[in-house]
Amino acid sequence: MAKKIIPEKTPMREQPPKERAKNYDEVPYGYSEKEAMQEARRCLQCKKPICIKGCPVEIDIPGFIRLIAEGDFRGATEKLKEKNVLPAVCGRVCPQEDQCEKICVLAKKYEPVAIGRLERFAADWERAHGESSVPKIPRSTGKKVAIIGAGPGGLTVAGDLIMKGHAVTIFEALHKPGGVLVYGIPEFRLPKAIVYREVDYLVKCGVVLIVDFIVGKTATIDQLLEDFDAIYIGTGAGLPWFMNIPGENLNGVYSANEYLTRSNLMKAYLFPEYDTPIVRGKRVAVIGGGNVAMDCARTALRLGADEVHNVYRRSRKEMPAREEEIHHAEEEGIIFDILTLPVKYIGDERNWVKKMECIKMRLGEPDASGRRRPVPIDGSNFITPIDTVVCAIGQSPNPLIPQTTPDLKIGKWGNIEVDPKTGKTSKKGCWAGGDVVRGGATVILAMGDARVAARSIDEYLKTGVWRADEG
Amino acid sequence: MYRVLKRELIVPNIHLLVIESELIHKNAHAGEFVVVRADERGERIPLNLVDWDRGSVSMVFMALGTSTYKLASLKVGDEIATLAGPLGKPTEKVQGKNIVCIGGCYGIGALYPAIRMFKEHKNHITTIIEARSRLLLYWQEELRKYSDEFYEITRDGSGGFKGHVNDFLINYIKKNKTDMVYVQGCTYLTYLVSQTTRPFNVKTIVGLNPIMVDATGMCGVCRVIVGGETKFGCVDGPEFDGHQVDWDTLLARRRVYLDKERYSLSFYECEKYG
Repeated sequence: MAKKIIPEKTPMREQPPKERAKNYDEVPYGYSEKEAMQEARRCLQCKKPICIKGCPVEIDIPGFIRLIAEGDFRGATEKLKEKNVLPAVCGRVCPQEDQCEKICVLAKKYEPVAIGRLERFAADWERAHGESSVPKIPRSTGKKVAIIGAGPGGLTVAGDLIMKGHAVTIFEALHKPGGVLVYGIPEFRLPKAIVYREVDYLVKCGVVLIVDFIVGKTATIDQLLEDFDAIYIGTGAGLPWFMNIPGENLNGVYSANEYLTRSNLMKAYLFPEYDTPIVRGKRVAVIGGGNVAMDCARTALRLGADEVHNVYRRSRKEMPAREEEIHHAEEEGIIFDILTLPVKYIGDERNWVKKMECIKMRLGEPDASGRRRPVPIDGSNFITPIDTVVCAIGQSPNPLIPQTTPDLKIGKWGNIEVDPKTGKTSKKGCWAGGDVVRGGATVILAMGDARVAARSIDEYLKTGVWRADEG
Repeated sequence: MYRVLKRELIVPNIHLLVIESELIHKNAHAGEFVVVRADERGERIPLNLVDWDRGSVSMVFMALGTSTYKLASLKVGDEIATLAGPLGKPTEKVQGKNIVCIGGCYGIGALYPAIRMFKEHKNHITTIIEARSRLLLYWQEELRKYSDEFYEITRDGSGGFKGHVNDFLINYIKKNKTDMVYVQGCTYLTYLVSQTTRPFNVKTIVGLNPIMVDATGMCGVCRVIVGGETKFGCVDGPEFDGHQVDWDTLLARRRVYLDKERYSLSFYECEKYG
């Protein structure tokens, strides 16, 4: 007889919305051992698991879940780490609902297995119970790899290649490793201590980390190629977009990158104990409907805003943010101004933003993205008072490396062009992946690209063959 | 961490800082800057590179807020948390031109690498340094070495010509063929010189100092409107055509955190001195 299936995911306890909107502690508490085992037992342990196909880094999902169900938590973390160097991060920020959990067999009739929560549980369990020993590193191949950017992609390539016996050096432009995990994603969604711990693990495995090193300026790609056999470029999407509407250079108008970097990396929320200031607006407008916009809105609330408006030009259905993020933002009291587009910011005589003029939108025919195109409604303009604006409408790749590497093929959006099957760029010995290739995407897609590139780099280092037709 | 090799008060409130670095000199050029952070809680601030060699980089700064007060209290052997660079675009190289180079305040130090580079490219260099009083002028010998003409201006007449740099400059341009003016200093000086040269249509390059955070093009706080277009000071600049800069916006954006900077400084001084 088939076992009885609990139709719903084991719920995860969270900080109450009213309370958490005033602090920077993580929102969900994570599963207890009992809750994790209960949830793990919902997994059907499919003989041909399709969930793995939904994971860009190909974690043995039923494998680690079975170990949790059996109470072998250490075994579960080791199973995860075979494929994923950042399990505590991915368990928190991956959009599982669009990946592994989406195709979980249970999801056809019930809620899928809470794979993300279980991944987080296993990683956190290890953190609480002491690190597993560092795995045995294979004998050195004598090959040297430079990784540019210590974000999720770079860290994944580093983890994969150190396990192949190559010497790995990561160059990071900022003063802390982690990339978007540290400058972008807020503490209440991803505690920084978790990221640093995962980086420390790589360093223990032998990865060399160099911070304050801006590739393209401190040294160019060509200069690095004099010392390294292969280079992986994972520099992310570091060029913020603005809307090019009047008033965007008023004081109090931020890019999402600036707002989040001040708050997260520089710890402006702890000003004046930390030196970097941030404007603590009372009526804040965050423009855009993605995860970054949700992070900004929830940050503004924690910085003491009375009212935070999320201004989005389409309807709630088209919002690219994860459902969980929108839900958390709503619970905390973020006001959603959907089908609304800012057209102008109005400042005072001291150049500070004071008002925002918007136009209402309606949805028209679907556009190239398949989403219905927002169309302005004539004469629907209105003006609303505002003292801080955060523009979270996206970003394109940082131009420092493209500008200083003449033989790197660059696409229309400033992105580095690669062969998607290998991550190879047009320049011999150089691979790229993540947001510098895709524009603004997700942590796990960057990690997936990294895995593909790492495989190709390893093959190149072993064979010395860049293209099959080289002979 | 990066070791302090030297930190000295050059003139009242203006300091020279020399930090150990074996990396930055390799790609350093005139016009570029570094980002420094005094300690783990510090802000990232840009400082012009004034000199560099195989083992170090040098910066000149004015003690003004918490970050620069922290730097001003460094001693030889201390360490700072961040030193990253070189950043920004190098000063554009020109050849065989008559260039007037103007520096004030910490900008006198920032003139040094530019003048040296201009001289290497066989330009005729007229250097003008200005301050309120002679007491605040420095590096005359170093700058003279690469200058064909050298002038000092003080507002109180305690040294060189008495008066303002704009009066002197108007006279100079009227009498001498001037192809280009290059200015380093506070926003007010760069603004004033740009306004002065505008009627004469003399190309004027200004070294700007907008607020920065990452200084690699990622955050966009340093945006400057140049010729009607938004540019990023850190990657498109920090040197721009002074006649194209929207000065009102730049001056206003410099003042975003003025009250917080004052608060931060008093907090720092309270913590430090009780």
